[in-house]
Amino acid sequence: MTFRVIGRVAVNVFKESVRDKVLYNLVVFAVLLIAASFLIGQLTAGQDVKIIKDLGLAAISIFGLLIAVFIGIGLVWKEVEKRSIYVILSKPIRRHEFVLGKYAGLVLTLTVNVVVMTAAFYGVLAVMHWKTDPAIRAAWSVSALDPHLLVAVLLILVELMLVTGIALFFSTFSSPFLSAVLTLGLWVIGHFNADLRNFDQVLASKPAIWLARGLYYVLPNFSAFDVKAQAVYGLPVAPGYVAFTSAYGVLYLAFVLGAAVTVFARRDFK
Amino acid sequence: MHPGRPVLAIVVLLVLLGGAVGLQAVRERRPDLTPPQVSQSSLLYIRSGSVLQRAALSYDGLVADLYWIRALQHFGRTKLSTREGKQYDRLYPLLDLTTTLDPRFDIAYRFGAVFLAEAYPGGAGRPDDAIALLRKGLAQQPAKWQFAQDIGFVHYWWKHDYTEAAAWFRKAGQMPGAPNWLEPLAAVTLARGGNRASSRRLWQEVLATARVDAEWLRPQAEFRLAQLDAMDQIAAIERVIAAYRARVGDQPSTWADLIRTGFLRGVPRDPSGTPYAMNPYWGTVTLQPDSPLAPLPVEQAP
Repeated sequence: MTFRVIGRVAVNVFKESVRDKVLYNLVVFAVLLIAASFLIGQLTAGQDVKIIKDLGLAAISIFGLLIAVFIGIGLVWKEVEKRSIYVILSKPIRRHEFVLGKYAGLVLTLTVNVVVMTAAFYGVLAVMHWKTDPAIRAAWSVSALDPHLLVAVLLILVELMLVTGIALFFSTFSSPFLSAVLTLGLWVIGHFNADLRNFDQVLASKPAIWLARGLYYVLPNFSAFDVKAQAVYGLPVAPGYVAFTSAYGVLYLAFVLGAAVTVFARRDFK
Repeated sequence: MHPGRPVLAIVVLLVLLGGAVGLQAVRERRPDLTPPQVSQSSLLYIRSGSVLQRAALSYDGLVADLYWIRALQHFGRTKLSTREGKQYDRLYPLLDLTTTLDPRFDIAYRFGAVFLAEAYPGGAGRPDDAIALLRKGLAQQPAKWQFAQDIGFVHYWWKHDYTEAAAWFRKAGQMPGAPNWLEPLAAVTLARGGNRASSRRLWQEVLATARVDAEWLRPQAEFRLAQLDAMDQIAAIERVIAAYRARVGDQPSTWADLIRTGFLRGVPRDPSGTPYAMNPYWGTVTLQPDSPLAPLPVEQAP
């Protein structure tokens, strides 16, 4: 049964990440937020809740990104390097099950991370909410515990799933260093997507404009997953936008994982 | 390190750490060992908001927060500095970057305008920059009546341009959700300009607003109202001195003359508790130079 095999590999990856103390980052996250909530009130002229929201969402995204990239790039490479891949593939497990299981395991780790970080984030915001005088609280344009933040967290998670897929794809055929550079490079370019679309405003050459426009469509548009500013200010993000962007992320992910499975299936481990 | 001797290992590690701490302490005392100083606050690595916005990737909100904290530190450090010719020259660029990165950062526009407009050396003394910053905010959020009110306020208090101030108060009053005192304030401003009564009304309204949605403005409003109280008290004391002169035929030399003759019950103190100063030649009363309320704003004819 394919799903059972994928599930077993995934659970093993999750256990391995726990053994590797990946979840220690949660402690760093909690300490960062709690320390910031004490210090920032002294520095920011009454903008502490806004800044804690910015900091919390950015930290969830950055910690997740680091885990997705630096663990994602080693998922397959480590097995090849340790030569345990021979033992694994000699068992009744197909190559695509192995790749997808590795991916699912890291996504499970990331999801646990994001869920715990979000809970800690809301915990700190709840303390700030209760510590603030009700008269001042009533004047806040957005509640400290505004549920819009969850929309931003959801799209961060979808973005991280896509980054993990890309890191895994590169790790099926290149070294960890190169995989990290390529994954982070794609992530950065993905945030400059709007510039690629508007290259016709700064370039005269038609082929260059077409190339930029082509890259705009082909490269992953990571900027679409960023609704942090709207979430912080409590501005509504249309459910249609969230659904469309999530669908885009899932479809792109399917393509990346398909490519990873294809490359890995053709690799010769002799 | 031998695995069987953990105590020895801890001692060695503590000695090494102690050595590093000791060297750091030596560096503190020896100027020749400290790294060459470059004033961080004087550096503004990136001046273009749009470049910074791109460089921030998706973390522009967080980078805006950092620039806001930098703006606060620059203002606070410069305000407290006793250096001759101190400059707030990076205040506007820092606020401009903050609000480009996060165009909805309301407090950066409003608080920033207070810093910019405040007369030098307490502030940057740049009401024109304050108005430019608030206009930028209004371009981002055209329904934000507070920005229009603040522009009117800068025209009123710092530029003494009562016609412009009234126009902005009226504009703010006509925006959705604006309080109903803004349009009457526009009429008062236009009719009576910068007299003390209209100034007091303005600051009282600012204080009332501050209690609801701009707590950071409260100290400023209370300070200005205390200054206006001091101006009223000075006028009253000068009337008492004039009455003394009319009865005795000479200026009082000290407060004791006025107290002895029953014109005053004690040495008059300003709202901060500091005694007033009297000029015995002219019979005028002023704040002591070390009074927290000094200097008082200059009253101009409308």
